[in-house]
Amino acid sequence: MSFINYSSREINCKIVYYGPGLCGKTTNLQYIYNKTAADTKGKLISLSTETDRTLFFDFLPLSLGEIRGFKTRFHLYTVPGQVFYDASRKLILKGVDGVVFVADSQVERMEANIESLENLRINLAEQGYDLNKLPYVIQYNKRDLPNALSVAELRQSLNPRSIPDFEAVAPTGVGVFDTLKAVAKLVLTELKKGG
Amino acid sequence: MGTQLVMYEEEFTKINAVCDRLTKDANAKVVFLVDKNGQLISSAGQTQNIDTTSLASLTAGNVAAMGGLAKLIGENEFPHQFHEGAKDSLYMTIVGSRVVLVVIFDNRTSLGLVRLRIKKASDELTKIFESLVKKADGPGIGSPFAEISDDDIDNLFSE
Repeated sequence: MSFINYSSREINCKIVYYGPGLCGKTTNLQYIYNKTAADTKGKLISLSTETDRTLFFDFLPLSLGEIRGFKTRFHLYTVPGQVFYDASRKLILKGVDGVVFVADSQVERMEANIESLENLRINLAEQGYDLNKLPYVIQYNKRDLPNALSVAELRQSLNPRSIPDFEAVAPTGVGVFDTLKAVAKLVLTELKKGG
Repeated sequence: MGTQLVMYEEEFTKINAVCDRLTKDANAKVVFLVDKNGQLISSAGQTQNIDTTSLASLTAGNVAAMGGLAKLIGENEFPHQFHEGAKDSLYMTIVGSRVVLVVIFDNRTSLGLVRLRIKKASDELTKIFESLVKKADGPGIGSPFAEISDDDIDNLFSE
C-alpha cells in the first residue's frame, strides 16, 4: 500500500525481501546500502540477535529520483527467515507493495525454499493479498556455491508462472540491483494501473 | 490491495497545524504522525537531530508487534503506549485505527499534560483522516501515475 503525498509531492512504496533463514536477504540490503550514494539512502536499521540473525526486520529507505515531479521513495524490508519467527514475518508484510523471494540455490536448502514460499503465500493471503497479483520477483542466490542446483531445477520448483527471476551472489553484488530494479519497476507499473 | 493512503494539500496543512499545536500545548520536544505501515506523515518540534524515516519505520514495527501481542491475550490492540527513558520519554497513540501519533517529551512537562493534549489532538486528527478517506474514495481523483509511461519508469533506472 503506497503512500502518495500530493502536498510534498512524494510517493513511498514498500518492498519486502522474503525467503528461508540464511538465504541472504539481509546481505542483499547490506550490498544495496554500501553501493548507493549517501544522498539517496537513509540509515540501514537491523533488528538482529547477538549472532546477527534477523530478529524482527532490516529496513533501508532509498530514493530513486523523480517521476513527473513526484519523488519516489522505496522502503526495503527483510523478514526474519527462521521458521519460528512467523508471527513477526506476518507483521512485516502489512502494506507491502512488492515482494522479492530470495531462494537459496544450495540443494540442501530446496525444502526450506519451498516451505518459505508456501509460508509467504499463506501469510499474504491472511493480509488479503494474492501472491499471483502482487508485484513479485525471485532471486536465486548463492550461485557461486559448488552445491548449487541448476537454474532450470530451481525454476521448476519455485517459479512455475515464469515471473521475472535473477541469479545472484549477494555478497559480491551479482544480481542484487537487477533484482531490485525489476521489483521496483513492477511496483511502479502497478501504480500506473492505479493499484 | 488494501486502501492506498493519499494525502492532499488541504488536509496536510491541517494535520501539520495539529501537530505543531500539540508540540506547544503539551510542551513536548517532538511530535510525529506515522502511518501504521511505517510511512512518516508529519513531524513537528525539534526534529533536526532525529532520523525521522527510521523513527517512522520502528514506530510501525513496534505498534505492529504490540498489536500482535494484544491479539494473543484477546485484546484488539493497545491504543496507548508509554515508554519512559532516563531523560526523554515517548508516548504513542493509535489514531483512527490507521495512523500513530508519537510524542517525545522530557521533564519540562508531565505525562498527565501530554495525555490530556494528545486526547484533543487525536480527536481532531481522526476527523481529518475521515475526510481524507472520503475524498480519496470520491470520484474524479485518479492516480497521478496513471499518465506515466514505461519510458518514465525506465528513466529512473538509467544511470
